[in-house]
Amino acid sequence: MVTNRAERIFLFFVYLLLACSALAVLFPLLYVFSVSLTPYAEVLKNGGFTIIPRNITFEAYTAFMTDSNIPRAYGVTIFITVAGTALNLLLTTLMAYPLSRKRLPLRGPIMMFLVFTMLFNGGMIPTYLVVKATGLIDSLWSMIVPGAVHTFYLLIMKTYFENLPESLDEAAKVDGAGDLRILAMIVIPLSAPILATVGLFYSVGHWNEFLGAILYVGDAGKHPLQVVLRGILNTSQMPELDFERVLPTESLQMAAVILSTLPILIVYPFIQKYFTQGALLGSVKG
Amino acid sequence: MNHSLLRRMWSSRMLYLMLLPGLAFYAVYKYGPMFGAVIAFKDFNIGLGVWDSPWADPWYSHFLYFYESPYFTKLLSNTLLISLYKLLWGIPPGILFAILLNEIRLLAFKRVVQTITYLPHFLSWVIVYGMLLVLLSERTGLVNVWLKENFDATVPFLTSIDWFRTVLVGSEIWKEFGWNAIIYLAAIAAIDPSLYEAARSDGAGRLRLIWHVTLPGMRSVIILLLIIRLGNILEAGFDQIFIMYNVQVYPVADILDTFVFRTGLEQFNFSLASAIGLFKSLIGLVLVVWANRVARRWGDGIW
Repeated sequence: MVTNRAERIFLFFVYLLLACSALAVLFPLLYVFSVSLTPYAEVLKNGGFTIIPRNITFEAYTAFMTDSNIPRAYGVTIFITVAGTALNLLLTTLMAYPLSRKRLPLRGPIMMFLVFTMLFNGGMIPTYLVVKATGLIDSLWSMIVPGAVHTFYLLIMKTYFENLPESLDEAAKVDGAGDLRILAMIVIPLSAPILATVGLFYSVGHWNEFLGAILYVGDAGKHPLQVVLRGILNTSQMPELDFERVLPTESLQMAAVILSTLPILIVYPFIQKYFTQGALLGSVKG
Repeated sequence: MNHSLLRRMWSSRMLYLMLLPGLAFYAVYKYGPMFGAVIAFKDFNIGLGVWDSPWADPWYSHFLYFYESPYFTKLLSNTLLISLYKLLWGIPPGILFAILLNEIRLLAFKRVVQTITYLPHFLSWVIVYGMLLVLLSERTGLVNVWLKENFDATVPFLTSIDWFRTVLVGSEIWKEFGWNAIIYLAAIAAIDPSLYEAARSDGAGRLRLIWHVTLPGMRSVIILLLIIRLGNILEAGFDQIFIMYNVQVYPVADILDTFVFRTGLEQFNFSLASAIGLFKSLIGLVLVVWANRVARRWGDGIW
């Protein structure tokens, strides 16, 4: 490829713009991190601008881990993430496999029954009443059961199963395997990529759980991380009240932000490529 | 129902058994609320429950009340405006980002930039709100501290009706532009390389290649996404607004969903809230079906 002067300038700007967009994403994250490690007095003294903290202190973190709702909220969030994702994957797989078999009678009507829910829903209040009627209000399960299957992820998984060679199925049938055995011994072992992708999407959803808790869980002792974090952040939205003593300082608030994001920040670089695959599967074939 | 269908169903009994728990979930938690939505036509009374509550008189009285209330135009225009702003301002950054990424050949750089810019997609709105506070809050936010020092003025980004929508749209762009680029990158990857060859041998520079080959190659995907988004125009982003808004900005931030939440679960006016929710769902249904029909004409429906 010939690179003349104009092209080199063009490329320079491309790199510059890309670097700027990456920085624009990274900067707020770094700033939050740095504020969480800086003593509050110092945040103010430097005119707020402390991108690299000088006197690093973990006092905000130790404060949270010893004396706050955060450790308990961690427990709630970990529970709904693990139990929720397990239930999601179990039910989604159990539905996606039969629906991927073209020989299943009434497949079309069943699909319509499922896809219709993507187009129309009863709304927030009737859903609340159903959750209430099924006895889940104020239970951790209210953040798990009402979202047990996500239709979009179900469609992604079904498409993946449909693309597995049909001859595998037939060979197993000849050997006398039933449908459950085919699913467990043949389909699932071949589906690690899609199970990982959909499982990751589900678990991020649970980790970020907020709305379900606000709607269905009144008992503050059962609130997940995001709700507790929102509470910690919100005390600062009342500038006219002089709560300075009891208000969490900015360092404390940002430590809470980091603590609530930490698992995602840690695992993210390792699993990012699965997410990308999933997004493509979803958008191209879903 | 004929015999052979029954026989085939019987021989697939194991498959039906697998489907059963999932179908039960759909019946209870997806279809249950659809039937429960009848309370929009009733004077719901918690003690009596959905079935025994008396019918409203006239049956559309809650809809009429909402339609005649001052909230109607306010909520509808807020919902549409926020959604439309997000659409108009949100789509170009993803397209531009994908085009820029496609221009570079240094794979390591590309991968690092992508990894960083996808990240915010996975952060919750509460986390983003935390970042906005530390950057924009009027007393201690980084931007305002800087403004105060240099211009002796502060801007109430999070609590003023002039700024709130900008913050909503801006944070949405920050969170999603990288992720949105994935689909555009896939569209670019599908462009026939011989088109580039041909254009280049005609003497086209890089900008001309983008303008005459890359962008036309992405056109159908862009139009498709635009149509789909228009079908969801009543979804202005409930979680985000609910987490970020406050009483000061209700006039510009309150949307159908947030109003349903407050009316139903804070003021316990279940019937009115359901009527508003049902109104939104019905309009949404029409829009989505319309959008899909148009999208299918472009060769690629969602279902």
